[in-house]
Amino acid sequence: MKTDTRAHLVLAVWLLMMVFPVEAAAHIAGGQAAGFWTGLEHPWSGLDHILAMVAVGLWGAQLGVPALWVLPVVFPMLMSVGAMLGLLGIPVPGVEVGIAVSAVALGIMVLAEVRPGMVVAMIVVGFFAIFHGHAHGTELPAGQSGLLYSMGFILGTGCLHGVGILIGLIHYYPLGKTLLRLTGGCIAAMGLFFLYHAVT
Amino acid sequence: MVSGKTSLLVPVLTAAVFMLWPERAVAHLVTTGMGPVYDGIGHLLLTPEDIIPVVALAMFAGLRGVESGRKLLVIVPLFWLLGGAVGLRATAMPDVPLQALSFLLIGLLVAGDIRLPVLATAGLAGLIGALHGFMNGAALQNDLGAPGLLGITIALFVITSIVSALVAVIADGWKRVVVRVGGSWVAASGLLMFGWYLRGA
Repeated sequence: MKTDTRAHLVLAVWLLMMVFPVEAAAHIAGGQAAGFWTGLEHPWSGLDHILAMVAVGLWGAQLGVPALWVLPVVFPMLMSVGAMLGLLGIPVPGVEVGIAVSAVALGIMVLAEVRPGMVVAMIVVGFFAIFHGHAHGTELPAGQSGLLYSMGFILGTGCLHGVGILIGLIHYYPLGKTLLRLTGGCIAAMGLFFLYHAVT
Repeated sequence: MVSGKTSLLVPVLTAAVFMLWPERAVAHLVTTGMGPVYDGIGHLLLTPEDIIPVVALAMFAGLRGVESGRKLLVIVPLFWLLGGAVGLRATAMPDVPLQALSFLLIGLLVAGDIRLPVLATAGLAGLIGALHGFMNGAALQNDLGAPGLLGITIALFVITSIVSALVAVIADGWKRVVVRVGGSWVAASGLLMFGWYLRGA
């Protein structure tokens, strides 16, 4: 047998063995990084969630200070309340419909440049956040850190709001105002698509 | 003399043999190999349940000004050490989600930029320090012991110094808002931790 054939054979056997690994328990406190990463990517895992969370940032940017930072603070806080309800097994009716409606409603707010009082804006955003939190809160994979999952989850949501705020800054340019409102319209339209799927 | 391909074969074959019998590698995450004091420092830095409330507390003290920050430097390490000393001798742990509650409380204080008197801030810092120190002490009983607790205390002093001083100096305008948003995230994480506790996960 030639040398290169033998090398290929050994490599093939090696690769085959890697398919069936024997357990190697290398860490006591396992799942730390995995928990954080799972939480971080969770809010990005569904387009309906992304639309609503970005819309919060867009609306905040459109409304200006203090809504610019108050709304992205209210959303994660109330989202945690929703997640807690989910963790405790307390049902929230129409979660999927609520998520889709949140994209529609927040998109319309941006499209129509609705300027309610600060408290009303907080209630609107907080109300919808509960649906998003409930949908995501219970999905910690086995063996991962609950705390780091939670932290990643909050951070991921905050990043989405940040993306919305950054995009929303175009509001301060003449053409940007119209573009931002159009973006809100697109979000509302996509929300309608998700709403259709949620109710059918 | 062996050819290039044959010399490659030897390490590949050796690696393959080793992979057939993987040994259990029990790697403690916080062991630095440099002794229990450094392990204690590593323990604090690598334990989000402890480091995040400390950073949040330092942020809160920084928001309240230089005077609160200076008091925090002494109070948090001191009460952490005292709580830890009690914890080292503890025989039972209370079944209360203390960490979740401290996340929630400190996070809300930072997010709301609540104006507590200096004395109240100091009292809160002492309470949080003592509780976390107690839990640390109980956790280190059979591991790092008192030297580990000393390492944690040293790390606490350094972290609270840096964070509270930084926040006291920069926290104005939009930077203050950034600190408050960070506090809201800590509070939200605490709320979720509380949910996990109630669920028994």
